[in-house]
Amino acid sequence: MNELGRRALGPLSLILLVSTFWLGYFVTPPDQVQGDLARLLYIHPAVAWVALYVSFGTAAIASAMYLWPRTRSESLDRIAHSAMEVSVFFIAITLITGSIWGRPTWGVWWAWDARLTSSAIFGVFGLGYLALRRANEDREIRARRSAVFCILTAINVPIIHFSVIWWKTLHQGASVFTSNRTLKVHGSMAFTLLLSFVAFTLTFFWFLRTRYRIEVAKDRQGHQKLVASIEQRRNEVPAT
Amino acid sequence: MIHVAALVARKDLRIELRSRVLAWQVLPFGVMALLLCGLALGPNPAGRSHAGPGLFYIVVTLMALLMINRSQAIESSRGTKDSVATLGLDPAGVFLGKAAALTVEMWLASAVLLTGTVLFLHVDQARTLVAIPSIAASVAALSLAGTLYGALTSSQNSSLTLLPVLALPAFAPLLIAGERAYSAVVYGGELKVWWSLLVISLIAYSSVGVLLYGVMEES
Repeated sequence: MNELGRRALGPLSLILLVSTFWLGYFVTPPDQVQGDLARLLYIHPAVAWVALYVSFGTAAIASAMYLWPRTRSESLDRIAHSAMEVSVFFIAITLITGSIWGRPTWGVWWAWDARLTSSAIFGVFGLGYLALRRANEDREIRARRSAVFCILTAINVPIIHFSVIWWKTLHQGASVFTSNRTLKVHGSMAFTLLLSFVAFTLTFFWFLRTRYRIEVAKDRQGHQKLVASIEQRRNEVPAT
Repeated sequence: MIHVAALVARKDLRIELRSRVLAWQVLPFGVMALLLCGLALGPNPAGRSHAGPGLFYIVVTLMALLMINRSQAIESSRGTKDSVATLGLDPAGVFLGKAAALTVEMWLASAVLLTGTVLFLHVDQARTLVAIPSIAASVAALSLAGTLYGALTSSQNSSLTLLPVLALPAFAPLLIAGERAYSAVVYGGELKVWWSLLVISLIAYSSVGVLLYGVMEES
């Protein structure tokens, strides 16, 4: 990505997010069955897509590449860490919007629905990843163990995906596509839905880039501090 | 790899046999936890037998956490890891050996707990016997996953508190599959899907363990 593209990522994400909210709340009509509640469709599925697939997928790929000796680099570890942190943020939003939808639909803020429960478990995986990173002082041990944990977490993703079929519970079926892969929503609703996916995916990459840059800056600062301390110690040694 | 696995499993089981931590500490804890679960359900016996399979698995999971920490503590003692590294033992074999030893210990603990479930929670005895293969499979999957997560948290100051945070989310699907399979045998229901989940988990954790255990030990 060139410099212009990098600089444009943030403003573009914001413009698309604002457009999604404007279209979702003011332009699209209410749903025939769910009324205004269906407007959550423009946030919840896109956020869940970013949380469970895009950001976690990025973290898992970066972790796998880190573990592969030929591609191992600190940048990949930073990408995995940043992506997982953003993933935890998006999972929190997924759960909050899911609960807001669930209260009027199911009558409770939390239902023991398979997909909801699996998403919460996935959120705890994310928190576990961050806890694991904090528990290790050594950079290399931290990177390796985090990468292995991320791969282990990847085993859980298909379970989340297929949980709806396996556990046959309350969750609304696929919102966007029917079983024979045709769109369920049309017109302005379909456009807004599509836009929400693009907007939140771009927002993820914006957050990821920002978080990555913070991580690089922290590492650089840590290195500078180390160099300064060594220099200071050298100066303390009396000349012989 | 198999030779190393057998060596490590034998070593872990021998240590366990001599120290008797399972018999004197983990099992009493499990039985007490099962009794507490029964007390928490109240004096009415109606729902107790239906909750039995779930409570059994909760206690098994709690016991698993203790036993995983114990299994990793053996490796963390001074010089053990260095000795293993110096001997050039195959990490995949070490993983399989530790997982095998943990599985055997967990099977023994589960057998005692199953007796407790039948006695205290009044789950049907004959049907519980039929459920033993699915219980054995889910406990083996828990042990495989636990060995991996235990290795991730080993040699860290906060390993005792970190292990549950990392391992419990991974145990959740195994617990669900095990409990559903046990309930399906006792009260009726679909069994095949839970068996397939258990088999997939067993294959996945064994493969990942064989491939990645070395990476963790390297560090």
